[in-house]
Amino acid sequence: MTDLTKTPADAPTGGPMVKAEAVHKSYGPVEVLKGIDLEVKQSEVFCLVGPSGSGKSTFLRCINHLEKINGGRLWVDGELVGYQQRGDKLYELKDREVALKRRDIGMVFQRFNLFPHMTAVENVMEAPVQVRRESKAAAKEHAMALLERVGLAGKAGNYPSQLSGGQQQRVAIARALAMKPKLMLFDEPTSALDPELVGEVLDVMRGLAEEGMTMIVVTHEMGFAREVGDALVFMDGGVVVESGNPREVLTNPQHERTRAFLSKVL
Amino acid sequence: MNSSEQGAVKSRRPEPIKAVPVRHPGRWAGAAVIAVLAAMLLHALIFNPAFQWDVVTDTLQNEQILRGIVVTLELTVLSMLMGVAGGVLLAIMRLSPNPLLSGTAWFYIWVFRGTPVLVQLVFWNFLGALWPRLSIGIPFGPEFWSESTNVLIPTFTAALLGLGLNEAAYMAEIVRGGIQSVDEGQTEAAHALGMSRAATLRRIVLPQAMRVIIPPTGNETISMLKTTSLVQVISLSELFTAGHDIYSRTFQTIPVLVAVSIYYLIMTSILTVGQYYIERHYARGANRTLPPTPFQRLRLLFGGRRPAPKAANDVVPGLEGGGHV
Repeated sequence: MTDLTKTPADAPTGGPMVKAEAVHKSYGPVEVLKGIDLEVKQSEVFCLVGPSGSGKSTFLRCINHLEKINGGRLWVDGELVGYQQRGDKLYELKDREVALKRRDIGMVFQRFNLFPHMTAVENVMEAPVQVRRESKAAAKEHAMALLERVGLAGKAGNYPSQLSGGQQQRVAIARALAMKPKLMLFDEPTSALDPELVGEVLDVMRGLAEEGMTMIVVTHEMGFAREVGDALVFMDGGVVVESGNPREVLTNPQHERTRAFLSKVL
Repeated sequence: MNSSEQGAVKSRRPEPIKAVPVRHPGRWAGAAVIAVLAAMLLHALIFNPAFQWDVVTDTLQNEQILRGIVVTLELTVLSMLMGVAGGVLLAIMRLSPNPLLSGTAWFYIWVFRGTPVLVQLVFWNFLGALWPRLSIGIPFGPEFWSESTNVLIPTFTAALLGLGLNEAAYMAEIVRGGIQSVDEGQTEAAHALGMSRAATLRRIVLPQAMRVIIPPTGNETISMLKTTSLVQVISLSELFTAGHDIYSRTFQTIPVLVAVSIYYLIMTSILTVGQYYIERHYARGANRTLPPTPFQRLRLLFGGRRPAPKAANDVVPGLEGGGHV
């Protein structure tokens, strides 16, 4: 990497993990994000809530460039996402450069997306071996430690189809952690789970938060947001309606739209 | 059901049910009809002198036929290898975001799938009539090296080019279907981990696509085994052409063709068994338990009682109860 990719002059330095300025995203004529401004600080648990179709998942996917933004600026750890700025011109990053940045951002999906042809431990080892070129032995040792941490050391040899939803999601978290990310994105991690399995996944996430991991969590679990969250944003129709401390926003919402939404989910 | 009733049922275990099983008289009648028909067919085959079974057995041991089998197998294996390798390459090109690559693949498939393989075989064999010499050099500039086309492409190579390049076009569509059958979430998860497009394809998408690709590929291989007989038009002596040579001398057409067919049947049977095991290998993770091997199935049929199903991999002792999504 040359120093051209380093922090552009006008980007924030040393400060927030994620910074969004007027982020726009549209699919054809449909505008999904209509100007999102927000800041996620280091070691913060940042909760995104809102009705389905509000653009919260889309915004999350913009952060690791699974979706391209059409307008505004988005920085992760002081570096532009998907582009680099030279002078006053933006240049698209090559696939390889995008992949390089994604290494440091873990993502957990609603539908787990474990690799079904690999066992739990192979799922966790895959990226460290393929991307970071770790030796298989070292990657396996690290993977076993991570499975231990999410309480699944005994299931290392199981294929995903032999695991319950909660177990699969915990393996998925271990898989993301194996790349030693500085930021973790959670896209409705408990929405596809049976109610009785939600707790085990939230416990793992709570543990991560206590260790100081920066986390952005799209969720409908208001209890989790209130208890663990440091900041909360309520989105609707592609804009941020309300934001602040989760305990304050959830108990005393200022906007009519937030009140209406919360009265339905709480 | 209220809870006290439930408790009562739980406390005393019910007796196992003894009932008269449903009778199937239709099945027995059908089986009898088929048995009679099979006996008639066998009788007609064995006692019809026109089949000349002594000629059939002689032909089975004929040296020209045996050499033909080797050529048939070589052609099948090599042209399928060409077909699979070419097919994977073409499928990846076809799915590429680069319009030049996908357009080229589209054009290739259009030409090679759209013309008879017989024509392609003849074309490659008579390439020398179109371009007597092939050379390497700067396009539209000087040549560094050249060779006579007929020396460069002998009959066997022409057969291989004809069959393999044609097969690649079909395999491309099969592989493309397999790749597209893999859930997009898999690609996203791999990309989110920082894996490159190539690594994602090789490590994540293709292994899962194999489950969809293998059955039609087995079909193609069996089909190829028989399509090799078309190289008779360029006089390459594989199994069918060897038979053809024999019966055009002896005029014992039917017995020779019966012998040749017996060999084709044996070879396709072996391929079918091989395909079964390859499919079983790629079922890892897709099924919770692997299907039984043919031998296990035979044992089931004659052994009577069903053994406990084996878990899909040997490392795992068993499943934890409940909670599957």
